[in-house]
Amino acid sequence: MRLTCTVNGTTRTADDVWAGESLLYVLRERLGLPGSKNACEQGECGSCTVYLDGTAVCACLVAAGQAAGRDVRTVEGLAPEGELDPVQRAFLQTGAVQCGFCTPGLIVSVHDLLARVPHPSDPEIREALAGNLCRCTGYEKIMDAVRLAAAGGAGS
Amino acid sequence: MDFMTPPTWADALAIRAERPDAVPIAGGTDVMVELNFDRRRPGVLLDLTRIGDLTTWAMDGELLRVGAGVSYTRIIEELGDRLPGLAMAARTVGSPQIRNRGTLGGNLGSASPAGDGHPPLLASGAQVELASVRGTRLVPVAEFFTGPKRSVLAPDELIAAVWVRPADGPEQFSKIGTRNAMVIAVSSFSLALHPGRREVGTGIGSAAPTPRRATEAELFAAGQLPWDTLAALEPGVARRFGELVAAAASPIDDVRGTAAYRRHALAVLAQRTLTWAWRDLCG
Ligand SMILES: Cc1cc2nc3c(=O)[nH]c(=O)nc-3n(C[C@H](O)[C@H](O)[C@H](O)COP(=O)(O)OP(=O)(O)OC[C@H]3O[C@@H](n4cnc5c(N)ncnc54)[C@H](O)[C@@H]3O)c2cc1C
Ligand code: FES
Ligand code: FES
Repeated sequence: MRLTCTVNGTTRTADDVWAGESLLYVLRERLGLPGSKNACEQGECGSCTVYLDGTAVCACLVAAGQAAGRDVRTVEGLAPEGELDPVQRAFLQTGAVQCGFCTPGLIVSVHDLLARVPHPSDPEIREALAGNLCRCTGYEKIMDAVRLAAAGGAGS
Repeated sequence: MDFMTPPTWADALAIRAERPDAVPIAGGTDVMVELNFDRRRPGVLLDLTRIGDLTTWAMDGELLRVGAGVSYTRIIEELGDRLPGLAMAARTVGSPQIRNRGTLGGNLGSASPAGDGHPPLLASGAQVELASVRGTRLVPVAEFFTGPKRSVLAPDELIAAVWVRPADGPEQFSKIGTRNAMVIAVSSFSLALHPGRREVGTGIGSAAPTPRRATEAELFAAGQLPWDTLAALEPGVARRFGELVAAAASPIDDVRGTAAYRRHALAVLAQRTLTWAWRDLCG
C-alpha cells in the first residue's frame, strides 16, 4: 500500500508498504530517517520513541497504516537542520551519551517530559524515562542531562 | 495481508462480520509485538483508531460509559477522580509510551490473566459492551473471561465500551512485580468499598486462568467491617480477608513466580488494600 503522512513538518510518501509493518520500519528503511533506533521491536526499550500527533509512542508498535495522514516527529525533527535542541545539547554537555544507541529515544522522551512538566522532580524524571533502557550510562548522567535541560543551562 | 481503516463504528462491524480473518488493532501494544515476531499473520488488520466514538467517555444516567479506545494515559488524567482503582492500575501499566497508546479495549481483547485493567473492573462490577451487526449485548466483566487469553467475544463482535458505576467509596489496586515499571504482574489485587450498600468488591489478577473475584472474601468483609461505628479495622478481620482472597485464587508456577508465592503475595496485597481503603473511609 501507499502511505502518506507528515514527518518533521514535510509531507512524505512511501510506496509498497506492507500492511503489517511498523512505523519504525517505514521511518528507517523507507524514508531514510535512521535516528529512531530498532532494538527490541516489542515496546520494552524506548529507543524508537517518536511523537505521533504530539504524543510520545514506540514507533515499533504503531502499524504503518495507523500513521497515515498523521503528524510524526522524530529525533531528526526536534531542531532545525544543523542545530541542536537544548535537550540534545544537555546530553552532550553532561556526558549522558556513551554508545548512543538509546540516546535518540531518550531525547524524545525527555523533550516530551519537559514540554509537559518544565521543572520535573527526580521521581518524575525516573517515571517519565521508565520506558527507555540504557545499557551503558547507569542513568546518572542522563538524570544530570534532564536536570540541566530543565534548568535552561544547556542554552536555548 | 490487507489494512482496513473503517471511519465509522458501523463500517468496522460490517468488516468484522465479513472478514473472519481480520484482527482488530487499537493501540497495537499487543498486536504489533505479535506481528513483529511473526507470531501472527492475519488476513486483515482492522484499524480502530479512526473511530471517534471509541475514544470518548461520558456519564449516561448513573453509569460511566468508557469507550474501548480510551488510552491508559487518558484514564489516569481524565477519570482518576471517578474511577480511582482503575486509574491506579493504569499507572502501573508498562511505561509512558505504552500508556499513551494502550487501551482498555485492547486489554480486554487480549484477555490475559495478568491484564492490569481487569481486577479494578471486577471490583467495581463493570460490564463490557459487545457489538456486532447482529446487535449489542452487555456482559458482566466477571463473565467475560473464559480462560487464559480467551473470552466470550464472538468472532463477529467488537468491544465497544465498558460500563461502570463511578466509585462510591475508597478503591485500591496493588500489584507485585520485579520492578516498578514495565512488569507483568506476578499477582495483583483490586478492592472497592461501597459504604452506601455495605458491600465490598474484589478482583484478583495473575493468579488463576482468568481474572476473577473472591466472592467469599467479599461477603466476609461486608459482614465484618464496622460500617456503623467506622472503628479501626481489626487485624484479625484483615488477616482472614487475606486468607479468603488467597483461597479464591488457583495460581500456577511459571517464570514469574511459584503458585505458593502468588498465594502468599495475594494474601498480603488483600490485607494491605483493605487496611488502606478502610483508613481512607474513616478519614
Ligand atoms: C512493553 C509493554 C509493557 C506492557 N505492560 C503491561 C502492563 O503492565 N499491564 C498490562 O495489563 N498490559 C501490559 N502490556 C500489554 C498491553 O499494553 C495491554 O494489554 C494493552 O491494554 C493493549 O491495548 P492496545 O490498545 O494496545 O491493544 P492492541 O494490541 O491493539 O489489541 C490487543 C488485542 O485486543 C484486540 N482488540 C483491540 N481493541 C479491540 C476492540 N475494540 N474490540 C475487539 N478486540 C479488540 C486485538 O485484536 C488484540 O487481540 C504491555 C505491553 C508492552 C508492549
Ligand atoms: S524498538 Fe521499539 S521499544 Fe524497543
Ligand atoms: S548510551 Fe549505550 S545504551 Fe545508552
